[in-house]
Amino acid sequence: MHKMKKLIALAAVACLSLPAFAQQPPNDLVQQVTEEVLEIIRKDRDIQNGSTSKVIELVDKKVLPHFNFTRMTALAVGKDWRKATPPQQQQLAGEFKTLLVRTYANALTGYRNQKVVYKPFKMKPDETDVLVRTEVQQPGNKPIQLDYSLELKDGAWKVYDVTVAGISLVTNYRDQFGQEVRNGGIDGLVASIAAKNRSLEASQAKAEKK
Amino acid sequence: MRRMEPLIRRTLGALLVACSVVAGNLVAEENPRDPYEGFNRSMFAVNEVVDKYAAKPVAQAYDSVAPLPVKAAVGNFFGNTGELWVGVNSALQGKFADAGIDIGRLLINSTIGIFGLFDVASELGLERHDEDFGQTLAVWGVGDGGFVFWPGLGPRTVRDTAGWGVDYAVDPVRFFDPTGVRDGAMIVRFVDIRASLLPSDKVVEEAALDKYAYIRDAYLQRRRNQIYDGRPPRQDDDY
Repeated sequence: MHKMKKLIALAAVACLSLPAFAQQPPNDLVQQVTEEVLEIIRKDRDIQNGSTSKVIELVDKKVLPHFNFTRMTALAVGKDWRKATPPQQQQLAGEFKTLLVRTYANALTGYRNQKVVYKPFKMKPDETDVLVRTEVQQPGNKPIQLDYSLELKDGAWKVYDVTVAGISLVTNYRDQFGQEVRNGGIDGLVASIAAKNRSLEASQAKAEKK
Repeated sequence: MRRMEPLIRRTLGALLVACSVVAGNLVAEENPRDPYEGFNRSMFAVNEVVDKYAAKPVAQAYDSVAPLPVKAAVGNFFGNTGELWVGVNSALQGKFADAGIDIGRLLINSTIGIFGLFDVASELGLERHDEDFGQTLAVWGVGDGGFVFWPGLGPRTVRDTAGWGVDYAVDPVRFFDPTGVRDGAMIVRFVDIRASLLPSDKVVEEAALDKYAYIRDAYLQRRRNQIYDGRPPRQDDDY
């Protein structure tokens, strides 16, 4: 009986702390993930020497779980998104994810003396869509504004847009994607992103062998 | 070196001629933000070649030879020469507190910061602002007039081209004396700016399906962000 009580108490505590954990404030989440990733890069010689595969592995493991790629892809594609069938949407999101990860993971290998500063953050308790503002400071250059848009979905905050110096890495694709859709439909768009991914993969594999 | 000034004047003349040619070409295109796309794409192609064989190699050489403190001092120095004009533009946009900070920065960095070589003001918490006359025109309600890609100058809108003309007219570096110093300073500034863009080269190269469109849209987004001082209102993201 005593054991039972203890168990129930434990379960109750677990229940209480679970939503509390899920609702880690979005700015804390951004800071925690950023610091964790930068710490790993600082210590990893392979990444500093430009190992793309290693940095992609790191991004896959630490960063991607906090991103909502379906939303990101929908945002990048814009109005044409509704024309795509669910399987097409899935394909698109898959290829777009590969493209973004490859190009921006590579940018991480260039990380040297920069410092990330987290801007003051305020949100109302019932907000489900927020902007977390940070700044990358580097000696001799103007600081670069780096902002994350997050939404609360199924109890967790997920990033759906990243803005560098005011340039959205997502919506910056909208006109290019629209052009591809006009030329070859949704399948044409999927094919051209896939082709881009393959050529990037080939050139990165070549670079890594050196 | 002494030919620099007439050269720039001639370039400006050529730009004006190009402007009228472009205006004559006003045919309905698919992208409303890029009415001169045909002209722009050919100028972009020209620029790519010039950049590949001249500007970029020089910038890369500078980047690998100059130690970090030197690069920082160069960036700070030219930042400081533009500070007064930044302050004027803050004031013209009605941001008088910002204008005060800009003038404070100019005074501190020109003295304690030794002719602007050190950005002491930033360390004191006086944040640097990013203003120019094109942004002032935008705040005054002037429309952007469409996107233009100029040879040498790179991406601008029609409005920002006019803004750049005014920025250039009041640029203190133009009044450096003797002319050898002036031309040298202009070249160093250009190389320094090009070098600061080197890290993003690779990202653009890898990320873009269409490099011209990627750069155009990035330019337009970045300008919008500057005009709203880093807090642009959200655009509709319907899908």
